[in-house]
Amino acid sequence: MASTSKGGVKSISYAKYGYMFIAPFFIFYFIFSLMPLIQVFVMAFTKTAETGKSILVTEQVFNGLKNFDIVLFGGDGNFGHMAIHNKFVEAFKNTVVLWIGNFIPQILLSLLLAVWFTDSKIKIRGKGVFKVIVYMPNIITAASVAALFGAMFSSADTCAANQVLGKIGIGPIDFLSVESSFFGIGNAVKLVWFMQCWMWFGNTTLMLMSGIMGISESLFEAADIDGANSRQVFFKVTLPLLKPMMLYTLITSLIGGLQMYDVPTILGAVGGEPVTVLRTVTFLISYHYNKFNYGYSGAISVTLFIITAILGSVVFFMYRDKDEIRKKKQLKKLKAQAKARAKGLGDFGI
Amino acid sequence: MSMKSMYGDNSKSYSTSKRIKSTLIFIFLVIISIICILPIYFLIINSTRDHVDISGMGVTLIPGSIEKFKANWNLLFDEEFKYTADIFLGFKNSLIITIPSTIFTIFFSCLTAYGLVVYDYKLKTPAYTFILAVMMVPATVTTTGYSQVIYKINRILIDITGKEDLMIHGNILWVILPAVAAPAIVFFMRQYMKSTFPLDLVEAGRIDGSSEFRTFFTIALPIMKPAIAVQSIFAFVSKWNDLYTPSILLSNNTKAKTLPMMISSVSNNRQQAHYASAAWLAISISVVPMIIVYIILSKFIIGGVTAGGVKE
Repeated sequence: MASTSKGGVKSISYAKYGYMFIAPFFIFYFIFSLMPLIQVFVMAFTKTAETGKSILVTEQVFNGLKNFDIVLFGGDGNFGHMAIHNKFVEAFKNTVVLWIGNFIPQILLSLLLAVWFTDSKIKIRGKGVFKVIVYMPNIITAASVAALFGAMFSSADTCAANQVLGKIGIGPIDFLSVESSFFGIGNAVKLVWFMQCWMWFGNTTLMLMSGIMGISESLFEAADIDGANSRQVFFKVTLPLLKPMMLYTLITSLIGGLQMYDVPTILGAVGGEPVTVLRTVTFLISYHYNKFNYGYSGAISVTLFIITAILGSVVFFMYRDKDEIRKKKQLKKLKAQAKARAKGLGDFGI
Repeated sequence: MSMKSMYGDNSKSYSTSKRIKSTLIFIFLVIISIICILPIYFLIINSTRDHVDISGMGVTLIPGSIEKFKANWNLLFDEEFKYTADIFLGFKNSLIITIPSTIFTIFFSCLTAYGLVVYDYKLKTPAYTFILAVMMVPATVTTTGYSQVIYKINRILIDITGKEDLMIHGNILWVILPAVAAPAIVFFMRQYMKSTFPLDLVEAGRIDGSSEFRTFFTIALPIMKPAIAVQSIFAFVSKWNDLYTPSILLSNNTKAKTLPMMISSVSNNRQQAHYASAAWLAISISVVPMIIVYIILSKFIIGGVTAGGVKE
């Protein structure tokens, strides 16, 4: 580092500037993210005492793990507790189903496109234009996408999609149906799958492309010289080396997917709350919060936080600064050697 | 058999099969592109038609007329429609929130990244580790807690000042201020600075008598320009598109509703046939400016996403 000269000359310490530069971030992070997070935990472990006054002066009293017990396991098993529990189970199941159904086709399509876009042997006219087009849906406000698709595909016989289908003799379809013969998954869920895939496949394609471009060109050349066909190259070179990027994509998509809110909530809600199969975990957090069930809202938030933390730790370990850690280890070693030298235990190193 | 003759024999059929493959891929990409564009095209078309066209004549890819577009435009100013969703107010609010947020995010992220790269101090590695650790904490988890924190601050302020009408909850400042601390953007800025910013420049600045902050403003920030451009776009887009946070924090202030919130209520009230065409136009207004800006900046954006993915 430039600022720490390890020579004999004593240098001015610039450490205080380091603290000055990072201070605003940490102050704001503490007030606007850390305190709220602590507050969420407080909410999860307390309940609102009924003082009968306005909400601004109710008291939060410690409630132990009761909120978690009710949300995750149904508490005492009475009607009220079971209703809260069932709502959570339903929302969690919905969220996972909504994510899996859009992620699988999305990653397959993106993989295909990423391989094509990066293959130097395939010449695609207007490659740049295609890249711009496939990423475009990702830039549009999710709320608008939901409103747009909601107007095109709805339960009504008169919605745009049904008008088109009617012309070719296919009867009106309820695009927001809750159940169907296809594994019991209704059209509403399939529509969200399509929309999420539509919005995110371009982003995933570009991520995977950068992953592929990070693979050494010489490996592809070597495979080519050895006479590997494009399928062999894909399965034996590209895919194994793309694993870290795939893992990163999978985890970020899963973390994002668990927070899914805008699309299902707006799409499924016509004049009120969304249809049952489109109620996600995040929807439930705001639902309980707006009903002043702070305890349940908090318990669900903390559960979501723990799941996200576990998933996020995978990414954390991927991105840890390996250079810095190595440097530190070396520095420690050097210091130990210097100490040993100073004690006159021998002439190691240099 | 020599290598040359073997290669020569196959080259013709090889290139033909490649060409066929390229053509098939091209056709596939055209279909994908149509799927990407069609809903948006359809949206724009429908905002130039009136509700009689839309419900009576069905779906078409042919635009309506400018008169009908104007009629739809006027409908947006209709008091009754404005009561459901005041699109222009939403647009204005979104801009008021998003522009300062983006500036805060980018400036303070650069500042933090600079502090994490240039200086050496005891808490440097713990600070970076902390930022990495909290990078993945989703806003959906903290927003309800944040809302409670605001209530508490509100209560304290009322106690201190003795005024009841501070209306501090629902103030758009609460949506803007958290933008100062954006761990993910700090992370990217730090990565970029580490790979492009020569630390010798800081030393050179010191020798020439430049203060630390001046070095940051006049040397580091200009070098960071490409990263600033890309990250500004992403910060802007994510703030602009956010529905969840403002819908929790601004729920009790109808005057502060953002564009996604307005669109949400348009969608919620779409069964009113009379306003169907205006609803299409309202959605268009939330979509089309973004697409125009996107196309202008597409080179940056595509490059930015691709570069953001490359590690180390």
